[in-house]
Amino acid sequence: MKWEKILVRYGELSTKGKNRKQFISHLRNNIRFSFVDLPNIKIQAERDRMFLTSSDDSEIHALIERLPKIFGIQSFSPVASCSKDLDDIQATALKIMDSLESQDKTFRVTVKRTDKFFPLDTYELQSVVASNVLRQNPTLKVQMKKPEIDLRIEVLNDAVYMMAQVIPGAGGMPLGSNGRSLLMLSGGIDSPVAGYMLLKRGVRLDAIHFHSPPFTSERSKEKVMDLANQLSHFGATVRLHVIPFTDIQQSIQAQIPENVSMTTTRRLMMKIADLVRAEIGALGIVTGESLGQVASQTLESLTAINAVTSTPIFRPLISMDKLDIIDIAREIGTYETSILPYEDCCTIFTPSCPKTKPKLEKVEYYESFKDFDELITEAVQNREVLSFPMRKSNEFSSLL
Amino acid sequence: MIYFDNSATTKVHPEVLNTFVTVNEKFWANPASIHTFGHQTNELLQSAREQIAAILKTSSEKVYFTSGGTESNNLAIFGLAQKYKQRGKHVLISEIEHPSIIEAAKKLNELGFEVEWIPVDSEGIILLESVKKSIRHDTVLVSVMHVNNETGAIQPIEELSNIVRKKSRALIHMDAVQSFGKIPVNFIDLDVDSITISSHKIHGLKGSGLLALKKFIEIEPILYGGGQESGIRSGTTSVPLAVSTAKAMRLAMENLGSKAVKLQSLSDDLIEFLQSFSFIKVISPTKKAPHIISFSVKKMKGEVLINALQQQDVIVSTSSACSSRQTKTSHVLKAMHISDDYIKGVLRISLSTISTQQEVDQFKNVFKHVMNVIKGD
Repeated sequence: MKWEKILVRYGELSTKGKNRKQFISHLRNNIRFSFVDLPNIKIQAERDRMFLTSSDDSEIHALIERLPKIFGIQSFSPVASCSKDLDDIQATALKIMDSLESQDKTFRVTVKRTDKFFPLDTYELQSVVASNVLRQNPTLKVQMKKPEIDLRIEVLNDAVYMMAQVIPGAGGMPLGSNGRSLLMLSGGIDSPVAGYMLLKRGVRLDAIHFHSPPFTSERSKEKVMDLANQLSHFGATVRLHVIPFTDIQQSIQAQIPENVSMTTTRRLMMKIADLVRAEIGALGIVTGESLGQVASQTLESLTAINAVTSTPIFRPLISMDKLDIIDIAREIGTYETSILPYEDCCTIFTPSCPKTKPKLEKVEYYESFKDFDELITEAVQNREVLSFPMRKSNEFSSLL
Repeated sequence: MIYFDNSATTKVHPEVLNTFVTVNEKFWANPASIHTFGHQTNELLQSAREQIAAILKTSSEKVYFTSGGTESNNLAIFGLAQKYKQRGKHVLISEIEHPSIIEAAKKLNELGFEVEWIPVDSEGIILLESVKKSIRHDTVLVSVMHVNNETGAIQPIEELSNIVRKKSRALIHMDAVQSFGKIPVNFIDLDVDSITISSHKIHGLKGSGLLALKKFIEIEPILYGGGQESGIRSGTTSVPLAVSTAKAMRLAMENLGSKAVKLQSLSDDLIEFLQSFSFIKVISPTKKAPHIISFSVKKMKGEVLINALQQQDVIVSTSSACSSRQTKTSHVLKAMHISDDYIKGVLRISLSTISTQQEVDQFKNVFKHVMNVIKGD
């Protein structure tokens, strides 16, 4: 099917008052970002909808596949155009219906006739097109109220436009409309989902990851890079800060009693994250914590960990069940990467029975014997910053 | 030597060979290994896969590397029929398919599927009317090649898929071994569900090829084992061959338009030349891929002509490399009902994008000479 353009309907932002322009321009930038590699696409933004056009049909097809991932879009429809010749209109209508799964669906034709000189009036055109479509697709049933397929025909002065498909968008708000936060990205199932949920509300993300070579392999780091890359597919660059964590973890092992070492590890991670957050000018920290899931995610643990900072910490998964989180991970495509079996820095020094109800005073007391600040500053300074989407390395280009 | 048998195989492109050697030297790890070396090799493999997916306009996880055209075709026929057998057990195959499809389909018939054959007209093009009549709601698979290897006839894939999609939920397999690199082949321009490509027909290496599926289409494996290639094609993936395939495909796609124009002018020239002989009948139809010219010399044996031309350092073939060693007449020509006078004297010239006008001129001289000697006038 050859499509002329795509009609995009805005999501929640249609209800915003004076900020509207800003929201639309964010959305326009996000869409543009997702098709940097498709040079011919043009955007025409209007007050309540947006049109995307391209001279190259394959670009439109590529766009149809990418749009469902962009936040701030309620739905979109590919639009076909044809001349004002009735035969042409009939043929285009049939082609559109062929491109849809129409078996046993309910159906109607809606006509909007802006060109008042068009020889058939609205009702005539409706019935002529509908009867022809029904003849070709005998299993269709006509239903005027809430049909499954609504074939819309607009007769304008220059041409006739037609669409039938309404493809749901991702909803949410355009990225960048709600500032920036730092995501603690472990490599597990939860943290990418937490990141996704903030992205969906228009928050830009940086991600932070703790890497302990040689205990954790290059591959576990690459796995996190893959996850960061996958998050960047939702419409904006994601920077990943990789913190060298080996020294800190080893001194925790040496200094802190085993059953609270996990709590201290988390507290130091949070401290580091907060320093990085301040440096990049983000306003919040996002984690994938879900209440009671593991020892570090009990209310007592969360309190002890949270005590190191007053920065807002967002925990979008806090009340969600694991299975629901997995469903979202599958949907956004991070699940398969998350379950790859590499050791990460949380699993290598796991104590056999960590405290599920650590006391803040005690943890602070144990930590007071060692000055971690220097190690922390060093780790922050020596961090590796990677940017996603990854520019394809040219390493192999001579071979391909 | 003038090599005009490029549909049998082509000469390896030096850059492809270079890629093959370099990958063997630098990235020879098993791509499934979890060490960094293996991982790097896997990255290279994935890059190759992505490059191919971009050319064919599908997603990279739907590109499966195989040992070549025959394996890909077998995988498509058995794998698709098996995977979607709940849609029905009726299969439609064109009469002019490559043996790797025809024989697979015959086996499928033995396994309980009902195989029906699509006939062709005198030009070697499938009869769409017959497809219309044969297609049923329980048809599960339709297989038609894009360009026939013996005549060069381009099959009406677009019209075919229109008919198939309207009347059934059948999958469409297209063997693009002869068309890729000559005319556009991808899942957006052609509404098919699977495509076979072979490397050595496009200046790649022998023993490599691929089957690509349209997004969301699934398939059953025919080889079982370690689960490589997403479980669809077990056996350690040959990264050097896969990367060479990607390279050959990229090179084949470069300036496709201008290469096609050049081939077309060579082909027009040759056809005009051949038509000047009263005892020669051009078999290729007008709607054909530019690199294949099939013709027949009246009351003559193909083998005799090949030998005579060969003595002058000109290499062509009889109808196809597969059938040329067999004494029986080609199933494609039979399906086209070529008259007895002509069916034995069929020759196929198959050009490559590296063929030149000079070679064509030389060929014409040699051919004229040979005709004088053989026909004695």
